Amino acid sequence: MDSAKGAKAKCAAEPSRPAQPLRLDLETVRRELRGKRGPDFWRSLDELAGTAEFQELLHREFPRQASEWIEPPAEAPRPPQDGAGAAGPLGTSRRAFLQLSSASLALAGLTACTRQPIEKIVPYVEQPEQVVPGRPLFFATTLTQGGFGVGVLAESHEGRPTKIEGNTEHPASLGSTDMFAQAAILELYDPARSQSVLHDGGAAMASTFLVAVAQLLRAKQATGGQGVRLLTGAVTSPTFAAQMKAFAALYPNARWHRWEPAGPLHSRAAAVRAFGRPVEARYDLSHADVIAAFDSDFLAAGPGSVPYARQFADRRRVREASPELPQKMNRLYAVETTPSPTGSIADHRLPLPPAELEALLLALARQVGVAGAPATAPIAAPAPAPAPAAPAPGGLSAKAQAFLEALAADLLAHPGASLVVAGETTSPAAQVLAHAINEKLGNAGKTVIYAEPAEIDPVDHLQSLAELVRDMRAGQVDLLIMLGGVNPVYTAPADLDFAAALAKVATRIHHGMYVDETAEYCHWHVPAAHDLECWGDARAFDGTASLAQPLIEPLYGGRSLQEVMAVLLGHGEALGYDLVRATWNGQLPGDFEAAWRKVLHDGVIPGTQLPPLGGVAVAGAAVAQAAGEIAAAAQSAPQRGLDINAATEEEVRRPLTLCFQPDPTIGDGSWASNVWLQELPKPMTKLTWDNAVLISPATHQRLGLDWEERVRVSVNGRKLDAAVWVLPGQADDTLTLSLGYGRRRAGENGSGLGFNAYVLRTAATPWSAPGAALEKLGERYIFACTQNHHAIDQEQGIDEDRLAGVEEEKRHILRTATLAEFLKDPDFVAHPPHGEEAPPRNMTLYPNRKYEGHSWGMAIDLNVCTGCSACVVACQAENNIPVVGKDQVMRRREMHWIRVDRYFTGDMDDPRLHVQPVPCMQCENAPCELVCPVGATVHSAEGLNDMTYNRCVGTRYCSNNCPYKVRRFNFLRYSDGKSPLAAMMYNPDVTVRMRGVMEKCTYCVQRIEHAKIDSQVSGQPIAEQRLKTACQQACPTQAIVFGDLNAEKHGAPVAEVSRWKASPLNYGMLDDLNTRPRTTYLARVTNPNPRLAPTAPAAPTAPTSEPEKRTT
Amino acid sequence: MQTFHRSANSLSKISIAVVVVLAGGLGWLGLEGFRSPYVTRQGEIHEQPVVFSHEHHVAGLGLDCRYCHTSVEKSNFAGLPPSSTCINCHRLIWTNADLLAPVRESYATNTPLRWSRVHDLPDFVYFNHSIHVAKGMGCATCHGEVDKMPLMYENAPLTMEWCLDCHRNPGKNVRPRSEIYNLHWQPPADPMRAAAMRAVLVKEYKLQSLTSCSTCHR
Repeated sequence: MDSAKGAKAKCAAEPSRPAQPLRLDLETVRRELRGKRGPDFWRSLDELAGTAEFQELLHREFPRQASEWIEPPAEAPRPPQDGAGAAGPLGTSRRAFLQLSSASLALAGLTACTRQPIEKIVPYVEQPEQVVPGRPLFFATTLTQGGFGVGVLAESHEGRPTKIEGNTEHPASLGSTDMFAQAAILELYDPARSQSVLHDGGAAMASTFLVAVAQLLRAKQATGGQGVRLLTGAVTSPTFAAQMKAFAALYPNARWHRWEPAGPLHSRAAAVRAFGRPVEARYDLSHADVIAAFDSDFLAAGPGSVPYARQFADRRRVREASPELPQKMNRLYAVETTPSPTGSIADHRLPLPPAELEALLLALARQVGVAGAPATAPIAAPAPAPAPAAPAPGGLSAKAQAFLEALAADLLAHPGASLVVAGETTSPAAQVLAHAINEKLGNAGKTVIYAEPAEIDPVDHLQSLAELVRDMRAGQVDLLIMLGGVNPVYTAPADLDFAAALAKVATRIHHGMYVDETAEYCHWHVPAAHDLECWGDARAFDGTASLAQPLIEPLYGGRSLQEVMAVLLGHGEALGYDLVRATWNGQLPGDFEAAWRKVLHDGVIPGTQLPPLGGVAVAGAAVAQAAGEIAAAAQSAPQRGLDINAATEEEVRRPLTLCFQPDPTIGDGSWASNVWLQELPKPMTKLTWDNAVLISPATHQRLGLDWEERVRVSVNGRKLDAAVWVLPGQADDTLTLSLGYGRRRAGENGSGLGFNAYVLRTAATPWSAPGAALEKLGERYIFACTQNHHAIDQEQGIDEDRLAGVEEEKRHILRTATLAEFLKDPDFVAHPPHGEEAPPRNMTLYPNRKYEGHSWGMAIDLNVCTGCSACVVACQAENNIPVVGKDQVMRRREMHWIRVDRYFTGDMDDPRLHVQPVPCMQCENAPCELVCPVGATVHSAEGLNDMTYNRCVGTRYCSNNCPYKVRRFNFLRYSDGKSPLAAMMYNPDVTVRMRGVMEKCTYCVQRIEHAKIDSQVSGQPIAEQRLKTACQQACPTQAIVFGDLNAEKHGAPVAEVSRWKASPLNYGMLDDLNTRPRTTYLARVTNPNPRLAPTAPAAPTAPTSEPEKRTT
Repeated sequence: MQTFHRSANSLSKISIAVVVVLAGGLGWLGLEGFRSPYVTRQGEIHEQPVVFSHEHHVAGLGLDCRYCHTSVEKSNFAGLPPSSTCINCHRLIWTNADLLAPVRESYATNTPLRWSRVHDLPDFVYFNHSIHVAKGMGCATCHGEVDKMPLMYENAPLTMEWCLDCHRNPGKNVRPRSEIYNLHWQPPADPMRAAAMRAVLVKEYKLQSLTSCSTCHR
């Protein structure tokens, strides 16, 4: 399958790549910035500085001589005695290429002579009810993520699940999905999944396991299960809850431990401190006018992020410049350590290290008048502020102070309609304060709703795991059963030393989808069934229960959590179907059979949402204690903002704060084997196949680090060799390392990538550890980062103009304005400095095309796009897009048809973030069509740029001529047409492309053609809801709309896309080229607080006084 | 002094002519070869697991096409009958025929029959039966008079040229929807009446000339 290509990734991580490293030191950037007019929006520091390297990347589609880079060492070992002069590439040289191409040309002629092979056609023996061969069926089912259920519709082609869509009925989906739900399809077919029961590392019969477990447990019955321990992740399954109750009755002395490495650790502890019990907060953003997020990526990560993103976006769909807009639009303040999608869409973003972030939250608590926060203020702005960037220890910088004042006033002006969210990664104390602020502002019960947790028996996971380890060490555990893919040997806090304690357990059993690090340490391993292979049930973030039904028999004989639990209960090989039905029999209203069929069909069990809890109040003592903790932590936090160029010993030694976060694409590491997620550029860093020690430009400079240098991170005596990545927007003096990488046993494609953050993570500091230090190792690590790939030249016109500083000649790829600016000039997208007018339609020598039938178009709303990248994975699943591996990504050969460009704007030390999804624009005057010598890309009668793979001969002229850089070429045979697993996964409606063929976004033409055919057969016009592109369907914020611009001509109502395009915000990217893109954008209107000066000044590059001061 | 004999002049002229003719001939041969039944497998009878006769079942017994090809009106794929469809009748008649042993075995052991595909388009071509039926294209237009085929073979070349011939002017093959499954339907003998009927049907069925690449290639 295409994942096999990912195998090359780890070889490519070798630092011996001969690509020209971008030697760019930050001081040069700052120096060049002064007196140079740079772009408004920049993708990377290279672009900001306008380095020669970036110019080259900009104007060449692929790096110079990319095809001659040597092959990865694993494939072609270099001879050891290779002299420096003879270090020629081992790849294909120009000469060899010519030889090969002439030979292949000769052979190509012969291929036309082959006859089509005779293929087999295999009907059913008995055709299942409902199956119409050639038409997919959709089944409502439930995927579990971190224990929480997400309702989805799974598309099935004759029994093969091929695609996941959201379920509009389910509260955690609302019809959309996140990237993980989209990637679940690849996980199902992952060849790296465990395929048989293992006993002491060797394959065993499932029956031997059943017998062994029965014997082990029978021996324990006399003592009531003394020494028996279960370990799972968070579980919400009601069936499992019932089974667990039975298990506890059977073995009263057995104990059940929980460990969810990225799960609710701090938030649960905070709830217990604030409310005395583990209640869970969920949000209703539809009534929130002012939202403050403290290190919380609630719009793109965690359970409930999909509906939250939808609610948030519904308050920001700006179309017309109406006077009610200021009341309608919400305002988001984000304070965070590491840039996140939530921070990118925020109206105000402030990067702060954890200690200062929490100090700000404490100051906010005081300003809004939370009782219990001591009024004695160690936290106040230093009055004269000798240097604004150098506050007193524990104090707030002038910028943070201004932010605080504005935020506090805004929150106080919106009681009951505001919301403060403190993310899981903030300390429990900070979250207690957030609860208190919400209570004080009257938000409790309105924008924040407290309810019982959906998780069964919600314990403190850190404590639960620590107790297990303590007992294992004490020799009190002789049978440990780890269920549901929990992988503590890899994920447990380093100070617990789980592996060593595990060795003291007599019998260790592991159940999971992969033979992972923990399975390696176990006597028994039982393969788990995928969510799409088994019956089950789960509760969503709000408690709504739904059923999971299998789409396919287990590919590798896996068993579900409930089925394994039945074995432990002595019920033998019970069927998941019977277990789940037994749970719900009697719990559904009315006739059970009818109700069962209905909840299965709908994918949600009505009335199971957990009701809001009344009388939840934050304990005053908890607030006082939390305030004290935060004040103390802020006091002891190191002083910041000293001269970054002093490079004194003290400066370099100044400790850093190391922050952890679940990886944006592979989570806590459980998705490590999923190559779609590995190759998906991480929403904010645009790194692929790796994590990195993220560091701010100023801190990078202060520590005198080299570009992408390998470093040794040490904290609390633990060390890890990793490499740094400079990320503008990262808080100074912090390092962020995401969890989930550095896996040893995550299959062929997931092992050996990145750096294992768990090595540094301890139980006391699971999310941020102060006192970290970096040590230079002097080597360079090569990352595969896509931030400069497919960059679009923002300079327009000729060099003379540029030198003359003609401002209008700047291209406006991304257009944005504040609400005030929009109200003042509703047509700002057509006026400098925000944009420019599109050329008139008659500015052409050729007659305009006429579209009598359908005329497809797309619009993307930049107001609500968070850059979460679910669309990219959805497109990959729908269109059979291959994965190319890290080595090929470095050659800029990633194949994604839709990319999400991330731009920075403003100051490099505190930039604003913007995102822009870029699919094919389906230009009406398409430059690609003109240059194809074989007519493989031509205009369709409905306005699409058709790409005909079977005609393409691979000249790549079209790609060279595409100003949007959206065409992708199969340089190698990326798609696997051979393996039976890949064949099962592929969408049968889309051709699998071969080597040497160009491809690109088609607006999901297969869906268009199906919808057209169905509409013409039935005689009904195409319903808008029935025809969505894959990216549009997945988008949590509904930022993408697609439809027929001529809908009203065919008796259908005016399409939503036409209404979007009628908005004054509508603009075409690079429309000065008169390409007439059919994909257009709605410019982004932000809603900043008038009290705070716009953080993105109109004078774009202007190096603010800060860097100047620093460099003196 | 003469380097070449005078005959070299003629030889060079002849050889140029020969090369031109040869190159042209090779090109023609290639094109013809590509369209030839050798490549398209037109008219070729494939070996099948069961010697099934369309002639017997259609002409002899009068089965409707849709008795077996059930999804022809609702899916891209016309459908191949599951073994159970065969057994529906053959549990009553010809229950012990040797000819039907593979069908009985398939049904008894729940193992599908593996037929050889007779009408096989390349994988990058997406043909849809339902829309062609809905637009008034008869089975016989592409598949020929299958009731005269004791063993199934490909009636038309199924080349892109052949598809486009109709896609450029679909009116010439349209027939009333009531006659789709009539394998012997003939348009009115009078050319004027035939043309009038086609014109009416083209309008009524909203026939379009669809020649965009994405109509068939996705």
